[in-house]
Amino acid sequence: MCLAVPGRVLEIEERDGTRMASVDFGGVVKDVCLEYLPDLQVGEYAIVHVGFALQRLDEESALRTLELFADLGMLQEEFGDPWALAAEAQGHSWSDEDGAPQEARQ
Amino acid sequence: MKYIDEFHNPELARRLLDEIHSTVTRPWALMEVCGGQTHTIIRHGIDQLLPEQVELIHGPGCPVCVTPLEVIDKALEIASRPDVVFCSFGDMLRVPGTGRDLFQVRSEGGDVRVVYSPLDALRIAQQNPDKQVVFFGIGFETTAPPNAMTVYQARRLGIRNFSLLVSHVRVPPAIEAIMRSPSCRVQAFLAAGHVCSVMGTGEYPELAGRYRVPIVVTGFEPLDILEGVRRTVLQLERGEHTVDNAYPRAVRAEGNPAAKAMLEDVFEVTDRAWRGIGVIPQSGWRLSSRYREFDAEHRFSVTGIRTLEPAACRSGEVLQGLLKPHECEAFGTACTPRSPLGATMVSSEGACAAYYLYRRLDVAPARMEASPVG
Repeated sequence: MCLAVPGRVLEIEERDGTRMASVDFGGVVKDVCLEYLPDLQVGEYAIVHVGFALQRLDEESALRTLELFADLGMLQEEFGDPWALAAEAQGHSWSDEDGAPQEARQ
Repeated sequence: MKYIDEFHNPELARRLLDEIHSTVTRPWALMEVCGGQTHTIIRHGIDQLLPEQVELIHGPGCPVCVTPLEVIDKALEIASRPDVVFCSFGDMLRVPGTGRDLFQVRSEGGDVRVVYSPLDALRIAQQNPDKQVVFFGIGFETTAPPNAMTVYQARRLGIRNFSLLVSHVRVPPAIEAIMRSPSCRVQAFLAAGHVCSVMGTGEYPELAGRYRVPIVVTGFEPLDILEGVRRTVLQLERGEHTVDNAYPRAVRAEGNPAAKAMLEDVFEVTDRAWRGIGVIPQSGWRLSSRYREFDAEHRFSVTGIRTLEPAACRSGEVLQGLLKPHECEAFGTACTPRSPLGATMVSSEGACAAYYLYRRLDVAPARMEASPVG
């Protein structure tokens, strides 16, 4: 969770009076708040942490970092099913019958 | 060279290592503050590639690890209430409180939900007006601004059934506490890159000057770490102690002004306890009086919960760089990621978990095995 992951802005919209974007993290797309980088544009890369864009990043650095995080399994930790990860760490398997709430399925 | 071929750019890594090896003339102890940096270092064997005189000490930069036991107990108490939806980041699920964790609270019927962003918790509050929705607000300067924005939005949108259990911490007072400790061996810091993406570098020159300690802002990739170490060692050998930014592609001196302004509006600096370390003055944030109505501790009257940490876990020493994970008697025996005694083992970003994950139980022989460069 302390990781901040680079992502590319796909589209921007105003929601509830807040500037929000769809951001692509190497294939996983998430909603991201742009209030801290209000002039970020579609196609640009930014460092994103817990759904907030915090600092611009150039494309080359962004792609290299994404590749590294994927290799280290960190993208799985950030975007995978946290209940399944926790169960696995505890030595249990995890299936749909366990009834993880929808919010947990990222 | 067992590890260097795995680097993104092995040639550049070799050049940086060459320069570090030819610069070092005596022993130096450097602390990397961030848990993400610790993982890169251990995973890529960077500590083994460095000259024997350069020691990397793991710092307290894992937010999950430093969240105090009593805050976890407060979270468990709140999450167990029938009218509460308790929202948290996924990596808090298995952090042990006294006797249980959030994972168990959920299996006992508690409505514990994992969110990717604090704004997701706010949405859950909007969708469940008959429930109290509580978000577990932990983390360093990178995480505090998103949580601050969420409280700001809750007030702006008039959402009354949302509150924050706050345990935010600040890096500079932790650096100061480490330097003031009588047993401190740290001579320089690799500062956490993404914390500085938000805060900039303005808080560090005063610390670097007062404690005569180089502080080099460093990123997370293997080459970032090597470049951070290179610049740090250069300063140490020259007797310099300045603040240097080795991660300029993500860190600007001023940080993110909008995020800093929101932090100042929503939070105020306070003394904060760190797990295994104790109270560090001015090292945390709490909600400012203007936002106190969103404070879950007051809303659920858990301010009185006080908890003692178990003596068997030595994670406090690990967090301060006084003990390496594998030097702890419980490491890998009584304490494993599956059955952790403390947070440094349960958190995927913790130093103990990094050592366990990458099976580096034999650091001393491995160090001898790793020839310098080429």
